[in-house]
Amino acid sequence: MAGSDKQLTVSLVAADRVVWEGPATMVIARTTEGDVGILPNHAPLLSLMVDGVVDIRTPEGETWVAAVDAGFLSVADNRVSILSEHAEMSHEIDLEKARHDLERAQAAGEDNGAATEAVRRAEARIRAVEKAG
Amino acid sequence: MAVSLREYRAKIKSTQSMKKITRAMELIAASRIIKAQQRAQAAEPYARELTRAVSAVATFSNVDHPLTRETTDAGRAAVLVVVSDRGLAGAYASNAIKEAERLTEKLRAEGKEVVTYVSGRKAEAFYKFRNRPVAQAWTGFSDQPTYDACKEIADTLIAEFLVDTHGVDEVHLVFTRFVSMLTQTPTALRLLPLEVVEGSEAPAEGEMLPLYEFEPSASDVLDALLPKYVTSRVYHAHLQAAASELAARQKAMKSATDNAEELIKKYTRIANQARQAGITQEISEIVGGVNALADATAGSE
Repeated sequence: MAGSDKQLTVSLVAADRVVWEGPATMVIARTTEGDVGILPNHAPLLSLMVDGVVDIRTPEGETWVAAVDAGFLSVADNRVSILSEHAEMSHEIDLEKARHDLERAQAAGEDNGAATEAVRRAEARIRAVEKAG
Repeated sequence: MAVSLREYRAKIKSTQSMKKITRAMELIAASRIIKAQQRAQAAEPYARELTRAVSAVATFSNVDHPLTRETTDAGRAAVLVVVSDRGLAGAYASNAIKEAERLTEKLRAEGKEVVTYVSGRKAEAFYKFRNRPVAQAWTGFSDQPTYDACKEIADTLIAEFLVDTHGVDEVHLVFTRFVSMLTQTPTALRLLPLEVVEGSEAPAEGEMLPLYEFEPSASDVLDALLPKYVTSRVYHAHLQAAASELAARQKAMKSATDNAEELIKKYTRIANQARQAGITQEISEIVGGVNALADATAGSE
C-alpha cells in the first residue's frame, strides 16, 4: 500500500461534461441525510445529494468549491464520483446573475414547486461563491 | 440548337451559385460534426458512472421498481421518434421515420395501441401532413440538444408510463445511431420498462462491484437513479441523432456539390457547341454570300 492510497481520485461530472477531475484529500458534500466528509479509504458508499455545495480539498492544500444540483455520490476504492445534472465550479459562477436569479425566483413565490427549486439552486450557487471567496 | 447560348450561360451561372451554397453547407456540417462528437464524448462519463451505479444497486437489492416492472398485457405503447429540425440531409429524416413506421406496424400487429411522440420538426411535419395524431412534439434543438430539453422529454415519457389508468405500458425510442462518418443506422430500442444491465456501457465482465452502503436506502437511491438513467439515455439518443444528422447533411451536400460540378461541365460543353455552331453558320453565310456576289458579277461581265 503506497502513498497513493492516501488520496482520493475525484471526478465531478455534470450531464454534459466533466467539471473537475483530480486528486483530493477530502471531499465534503451535502446528502439527503446531512453533510458527509469523505476521507481516503472510505467504505464504498452510494448516496443521494441535494442541491448544495461540494468542497474538494486537494493535496496541495487548495480548496475547490462547486455548486451542484441534486444528484448522487459514489465512493469505491478511493474513487469519488459526484454526479449531478448541473454542476459549476465557484469561479465559473456569475455572482450577479445568481443573485438576480435568486431574487426573481423568490418573487415568483414559494408555493410553486419549480420556484422553490430555483431558489434552492440559486442559493447554493451564491453559497459556493461566498465560500470560495 | 433548341436553347440559345445566352440561356445556357444563365444556367451555368445559377448552377455555380448553387454549388457555392452546397459547398458552404458541406463545410459547415463538417465543422459542426466535430463539435457534436465532442459533445457526445463529454456526456459519456456521466452515462458511464450512472450505469455503474444503477447496476450496483441492481446487483445488491431486488430491483422491483415501477420503471422496471414488465407488464404481460401491454395495451398501449409510446414511440418517440428523434429526427432533425431541418432538411437537406439526404434520406436522414425519412430513414428514421421509416424505422418508426416499421416499429409502429409491428406494435400494432401485436395488438397494441401506439401513441407517437416526436422530437424534431421534420417528423412533426410528416405526421401533420398525413393528419396523424401526435401526442406531443418537441422542436428547435435537434442539432444541439441540451440536457434540459431531453430531461423535459424524459420526464413527460416517465410520467406517462407511471400513470396507472390510460397511461402507456411501453416506451420505445427511435433514433439514428452514429456508426461512422459514412454510416448512420436508424435504431429502435425499448426505453421502458428498463432492462438495467443491458446497454453499451455496461461494466466489463469480471469487474467486481464493491459492496456499497446506500444512503438513505437502496430503494431510495434506486428511485432517484432510474429517472436520471432514462433521461441520460434520451440525451444519449439525441446526441447520436445530432451527430448523424450532421454527417448525413455533409454527405448529401458533398454529392450535391459534385452533381453541380457535373452539370456545369455538361452545360459548358453544350454552350461551347452552340457558340461554335453559331460561328460556323456565320462563316458559311459569309462564304455563301461572297460566292453569290462573285457569281453575279461574273454573269454581268
